[in-house]
This record gives sequence, C-alpha cells and structure tokens, in this order.
Amino acid sequence: MRKKEKKLVVTFHTTADAMAMEKACREYNVPGRLIPVPRSISAGCGMAWCMAVEDRDKILRVLKERNIEQEDVHECML
Amino acid sequence: MIYMDNAATTIRKPEPVKEAVLEAMESFGNAGRGVSEPALNAARVIYETREKLARFFHGEDASRIVFTANSTESLNIAIKGLFSPGDHVITTVLEHNSVLRPLYECMERGVKLTILDCDEKGNISYEEMEDAIKENTRAVVCTHASNLTGNMIDLERVGEITRRKGILLVADASQTAGIYPVDVQKMGIDVLCFTGHKGMMGPQGTGGMYVRPGLVIRPLLSGGSGVDTYNPRHPELMPTALEAGTLNGHGIAGLGAAVSWLEKKSLSALREIEIARMRQFYEGVSRIPEVTVYGDFSTDRRCPVVSLNIGDCDSSEVSDRLSAAYGIVTRPGAHCAPLMHRALGTAGQGAVRFSFSHYNTEEEVETAVQAINEFANEQ
Repeated sequence: MRKKEKKLVVTFHTTADAMAMEKACREYNVPGRLIPVPRSISAGCGMAWCMAVEDRDKILRVLKERNIEQEDVHECML
Repeated sequence: MIYMDNAATTIRKPEPVKEAVLEAMESFGNAGRGVSEPALNAARVIYETREKLARFFHGEDASRIVFTANSTESLNIAIKGLFSPGDHVITTVLEHNSVLRPLYECMERGVKLTILDCDEKGNISYEEMEDAIKENTRAVVCTHASNLTGNMIDLERVGEITRRKGILLVADASQTAGIYPVDVQKMGIDVLCFTGHKGMMGPQGTGGMYVRPGLVIRPLLSGGSGVDTYNPRHPELMPTALEAGTLNGHGIAGLGAAVSWLEKKSLSALREIEIARMRQFYEGVSRIPEVTVYGDFSTDRRCPVVSLNIGDCDSSEVSDRLSAAYGIVTRPGAHCAPLMHRALGTAGQGAVRFSFSHYNTEEEVETAVQAINEFANEQ
C-alpha cells in the first residue's frame, strides 16, 4: 500500500479562489497542486490546494499578500 | 461585402480570438467540476479572463467579474436582483429594450420608474437627472451610449451624482466596452453590464458584469455551482453567486484573447480609426439635402455610429437596397430602442444605422456615401 504523508490542504469557498491560489503559488514558487477535496474534510469548493506542511508560513503569506479568501487550512494524511 | 453593422456585432474577429476558441474546444473540460487536467485547463483560462476583465474595467479583483451570455443577461440579473417594490429607479429614453423591458417588469411588481427625456439632439440633462432623485430612489440605470444615435452619457458625471446622493449606478456599456475606457471605480459604477461580441471583439454568447464589492444582487438563476453541493441554497459568494450552470468556457477563452488583443492594439488607436470613418461618412452624407442624420455630432466623443433617413423613405427599403445593389450591410428599423425613436420622431420610419469598426476602410466609407447619394438622387 502507498505510504501516506502528512500534507497541508487549503480549502476554498469558490473555484475562482482556488484558481487564484494556484496562480499565486506558481508566482511565489510554492510547490503544490490542486486536488479533489478529501472526504475527511468538508469544504465548499470541490478543489483544494495540497502542499508540504513545511511551507505553511509561506502559504499564509501568499494568501495574505494576494488577498485570497481561503475557507480553511487542514493537515491530512494523503 | 462592406460590413457597417458593427454596433450589432463585429464580424472580423482577431486571429488570436479564433485560435483561443479552437484551442479551448480541443482541450477544455468543465471548469470547477473536478480537478482533472481538462477541467483545470478550463478553470485556469476562465480565471485568467476574469483577472483580465477586472483589470480592463479597473475592478477591485477577479471575484467581482461575473460571466453571462451577453449584456441582456447581465442587465436582467442586475435590474431584477436589485430592486424591490417601493423602490424608485431613474432611467433614460436612450435605453435599449434590454434595460427598459426588465424595468417595465419591475414596475408591474411595484417599482416606480422615471424615464428622463432628451433634447432634439438626443442628449439628456444631468440637472433633470439629479432633480428626479427622491427619498426612495435606489438607482440610476443608464447606457454609456445610445445604440441608435451613438451619443454618450457622461458616466463619470452620473457617478458623481449617484455617489453624492447615496444611490446606485447600473451602467450598460454594450456599445462602448472595448471602444472607450471604462473605469468602474473612477466613474463610481456599482454594476457594469457588458457584452463580449461588439467592441470587445470576442465571440457571441460572451459577456458579463462587474459588481462593486459589498453589493449583493439576488441571483436570477440557481443551480450547479461546483461548490457547496449540500447547501440547498445557491452559494452567496462572488462570483459563484451569480453564475449557475456550466460557463461558456470556449467563448470566455476567446473573450480573454480579445481583451489581450485590445490592450496590445490600444483602445485609443483603434477608436481613432473608427471615429475618423464615422466623421468621413457623416461629412459626406450630411451634405446631401434629402438626408437627415440623427444624434449629436458636435463632438468626437461619441460612438462610431451614424443613423440616418433619406426623405421619407422606409428605412428597411433603403437598407435592403444598399445590401442588394452595393453589398453594404446596415441595420434598419427600430434597433430595440423604442423611446429613442419616439423622441426623434422616427417611430414609423425607423432609421438606417451605419456603425463602423477599425477594419472599415476610407474606400468603403466613400462607397457608402456614394450609394446614399445615388439613392437620394433617384427619389
């Protein structure tokens, strides 16, 4: 079985916010990708931004500087 | 063919617009429905187009841009979603039926309406507009330019009035978007309604609206949103709140390419050509004694539109003859602007509208002037 790792999962209210996040992360060079929201999380938007937990500070900065409204930031085993 | 019906739709779309639509049709899944690569291709392009439009109209951010099928849909969303029984709304005789008919429906439900008249040149009075504002006035809903005369309404001036009086400004930029710069923040526009297929140079079936932050509009449609599935109500967050169902991703890709094309070419450079063609045509036809031209040509700050009649000839007959004998495409009749025609006294005759784009040439304009001359001489 594939070994699961702890990941940071950012959820959004709208698809537009998720797209803004992907674009901003590419610009800020924060690695990650959009994934379908895991069932352990309840979220508005069906897509979430999945990334390394170590980058939490970086991502909080991106969200703040770009004024992106996230719904929540979770830690999940994925 | 000499195409002079650009106020209805522009016919020669830029190559990058066509390419973007084709590419989209070959690669787009459904935006916001899942995270597959095709779905993301669509979602990314749609989001980029939102950003481009927010920049183009100087909106605060991409979430304030809503995609619709055209100005008519945007205006219906705004008008039916903002006003309630007891509200008073001010509009003008310059308006298109896409403003008037939704407002008339609101009247049936108890909204009060004041329709501002115009002078013989087709211009409104801003003093009259301000005087018409009452305690229960909720908004001014008006066009940026008449689709019949090409006369413009000074939205910055209207926005100054509406801001000072604490009421809303809902603006219809169908004829001006892509031709004149529209700065929603500077002009004090609360809702801007635009279409993608005229001056914006995008595909038909594209359009949208800008909604000022904090302004809540009751949605006209509810349904699939790709988000918040278990909520029995349609999500309230923008832009999803006003977008139900699959978006026209293919068209929006084209619209995004069109905005980039306009920015590259520059609106002022394109407009300079259009106004020059309009002026050349106006000077040519206004010398013909049988010709009556409508609208205010004392300024070049107007849309590149010239509407005219020849004697008391039926406008449909003139337009048909221009098409059959010269291959010149114009629009006769009433142009969905009943009150403007009544104000000009042309409700029966209609008018023949020539509307120019940057791809029209001096030679084409010369041919059109000659055609009018010949028709007038035959009468």
